[in-house]
Amino acid sequence: MADGVLEVLISRINYWVYIALMMIGLYGIIIKNNIMKKIIGLSILQTAVILFFVSIGAKRDATIPIIDHTNASAHTEISATNFINPLPHVLMLTAIVVAVATLGVALSMVIKIYREYNTLEEDEILPQLREDK
Amino acid sequence: MLAIFLGGLLIYCSFEFPLWGDPHAPASTHVSPYYIENTLKDTSVPNIVTAVLADYRGYDTLFETVVIFTAGIACIFLLRTYKTVEPDIRLYRHIPTGITLRIEKGGKFPEGSRHFERLDTAWVPYDLIVKTTCRLVIPFIQIFALYVIAHGHYSPGGGFQGGVIMGASLVLFAIAFNLRSAIRRMGERLIMLLAALGVCIYAGIGTLCMLLDKNYLDYSAFANILAFDPASARSHGILMVEIGVGIVVMAVMVILYYVLASAGKHDEGL
Repeated sequence: MADGVLEVLISRINYWVYIALMMIGLYGIIIKNNIMKKIIGLSILQTAVILFFVSIGAKRDATIPIIDHTNASAHTEISATNFINPLPHVLMLTAIVVAVATLGVALSMVIKIYREYNTLEEDEILPQLREDK
Repeated sequence: MLAIFLGGLLIYCSFEFPLWGDPHAPASTHVSPYYIENTLKDTSVPNIVTAVLADYRGYDTLFETVVIFTAGIACIFLLRTYKTVEPDIRLYRHIPTGITLRIEKGGKFPEGSRHFERLDTAWVPYDLIVKTTCRLVIPFIQIFALYVIAHGHYSPGGGFQGGVIMGASLVLFAIAFNLRSAIRRMGERLIMLLAALGVCIYAGIGTLCMLLDKNYLDYSAFANILAFDPASARSHGILMVEIGVGIVVMAVMVILYYVLASAGKHDEGL
């Protein structure tokens, strides 16, 4: 019984880590009051998704998806089982850079909000918003 | 509560997921074997990731690039203020003697003098070690960035990674010296033009392919004018596109730093 639980824990460790990170991120986005902390939660959530994608791309006994072109000519048969899945890497490669760019937009919005309301706490911003109406 | 509920749901689902490193997982069975087995034949690019990024999934990458460009523009629109407010005090250092001058508001000072350098109010002391180290390191970082962009076919690398490294070297310069000297070297207008130029290179390559009687972003069109076989024409098309991506990413990283570090005023940062 204990061995079975341990085996499940170890064999799917990538999913556990990604679920844990995702929950931390969701907790940050939903519960935290400070906008800055919400953005940190959002970044953790993104990291969780990136980790999930990259771990899906893994293959046992396979190498990185770069063909050794010095030995292989165009006629050499390339077997898909020898290389890990390149697709998740492509998607995450762009996602990481886009994440940085969108984080920049989020931070500039935070600066703008701070200038307008002099606070980043949501419960202090909301009354000010109602007064403005 | 909601987070724990969703977590439970995900844990339940993950029992159905394929095991770690399973070669027969659904993610590795549909298009990915085609990419792995045909990349070298189709594009003569050994790095499959680069080939998929810029050729098979060229549209995706084009619009990712546009997203990054748009993020940079949005940052400028949100924060940039063009009104120059005269600061309360300005600090100048006399370079030969190291004396720091403090000019109160309204005080006159010859801006163009070569013997004085303007200082940030936040950091007055000398930072000789930091500046010298950065001066030594930055050229090598930039060479490495160019290598990563240009060698994206044969080794891990490409436009996104190289662009980020290049942007990081410029940000490092702005941190080690100050924002003013960084903007003097790499002006705001220039950096915005570079960001637009990168997108134009990418989209322009696509349009060029269309003008040469192929589909948008089908680089084998260059085989008609450049006397390559279609595979190596694709490889050259990928390189050109990667250069465009690298320029965009570099420019947007620098724009983000300039705007965020000075909160849109472009005078003093960090």
